[in-house]
Amino acid sequence: MSPIVLAIVLVTGIGLIGAVILVAASIFMYVPVDERVEKITAALPGANCGACGCAGCADYAKSVVEDGNAVNKCVPGGAKAAAAVAEIMGVEAGSATPMKAVVVCSGTCDKTSKRYSFEGVQSCQAVKGLYGGDGLCKFSCLGYGDCTRACAFDAIHIVDGIAKVDYAKCTGCGACAAACPGAVISIIPEHKRKPVVQCRNQEKGAVTRKQCTAGCIGCMKCAKACPKEAITVENNVAHIDQSKCVGCQLCVKECPVGIIHVPANQ
Amino acid sequence: MMAVKLASIFFTMILVDNYVLVKFLGICPFLGVSKKLDSAVGMSLAVTFVMVLATAATWPIQMFLLTPEGSEGTSRDMGYLQTIVFILIIAILVQLLENFLKKFIPALYKSLGVYLPLITTNCTILGVTILNIDNGYDFIESVVCAAGAGLGFLLAMVLFSGVRRRVEEAVTPKCFEGLPITLVSAAITSLSFMGFGGIVESIFHV
Repeated sequence: MSPIVLAIVLVTGIGLIGAVILVAASIFMYVPVDERVEKITAALPGANCGACGCAGCADYAKSVVEDGNAVNKCVPGGAKAAAAVAEIMGVEAGSATPMKAVVVCSGTCDKTSKRYSFEGVQSCQAVKGLYGGDGLCKFSCLGYGDCTRACAFDAIHIVDGIAKVDYAKCTGCGACAAACPGAVISIIPEHKRKPVVQCRNQEKGAVTRKQCTAGCIGCMKCAKACPKEAITVENNVAHIDQSKCVGCQLCVKECPVGIIHVPANQ
Repeated sequence: MMAVKLASIFFTMILVDNYVLVKFLGICPFLGVSKKLDSAVGMSLAVTFVMVLATAATWPIQMFLLTPEGSEGTSRDMGYLQTIVFILIIAILVQLLENFLKKFIPALYKSLGVYLPLITTNCTILGVTILNIDNGYDFIESVVCAAGAGLGFLLAMVLFSGVRRRVEEAVTPKCFEGLPITLVSAAITSLSFMGFGGIVESIFHV
């Protein structure tokens, strides 16, 4: 037998035997998996980049199906992959509305000031541990950027002393909210018109006034203006129930301190 | 005498001829998976396992199929097919192992995650199998050598994950942040292994 024929026969033979063994193994050791997992894995880009927080595309697909992970976490796949995954998950997953992070504080540098000068480790976690933070308002965004460092998408930055979400880049993964020691960041369903009260100061109106000119004083004007009774004032701070809100934005015009904003327009 | 020779091969592979730190094979997982200790250990154990298995499978194929006795110099000598055939065998083995773990040890399968398929293209595995043949080891020596190489990989990964944790906590100059300082510390870790040169020969008098 000529060497080239022998070589071809040898490699083909080993390959075939291997194939037979693998096919037999995959039948013999078949593990029933939810077919949606396979479909989702196929719909994902397969880069195994880990930006979703899982150990690869297959792992993410599994967590979507089994643990109800969000369908829009794939960064390389973007909106296309999210749509494909949402379609596979179908009706039972509901029409998954993308979530967005919102910073619930309007106290920029010109609106409020510091109680003391902090020179320790430059992180919110550290400054929060020292008398509850260096801001005059103890509910405010501390502005040391723990959220910026937690964000994998470069979507949140400290602008003018407080965190600001880049609405287009935000995927609503919640990493910033988890990193924030003051719970200043909320994760709410994305909406083009529904506003949010960007303050959570629970002090009485007069005290709030002294701390920050952009603080909710609990005047109830927004609650009275709201035609759908979506706004409640509790602990001297207004809150908009996003499920009741219809996005008429009457409260935005009514607010005397101008802290009710539509996050999508910022 | 046999035991001494095997022990000498084993410890040589771990300390003197460490695949990562001395032979510079398998640098990709060495840098990629050494961030956390637990994933470093998991990856190393998977590599060790596949290494031993791959050696046990490729040695007979080399000796009985590719270059059977007396074939040297004749047209029957298929030694030039070594690389392609070995890669094929390793790929099959890893896939088989993945199926096996998925079915019988799902916990391990889950903890290894994406590392398992990555082993397919890990050059230390191919390096160990080929160098075993080149060194003229018999079957048992080859398997012991592969086990030693795997544990050497584990040692390097564990050591370096410790080094990396210290480096990450340290304040590095801006131009060295991230990968550069990691590569520099890898180089120094590798240098420290040069100190083992000759130690095994002196202990076992081979």
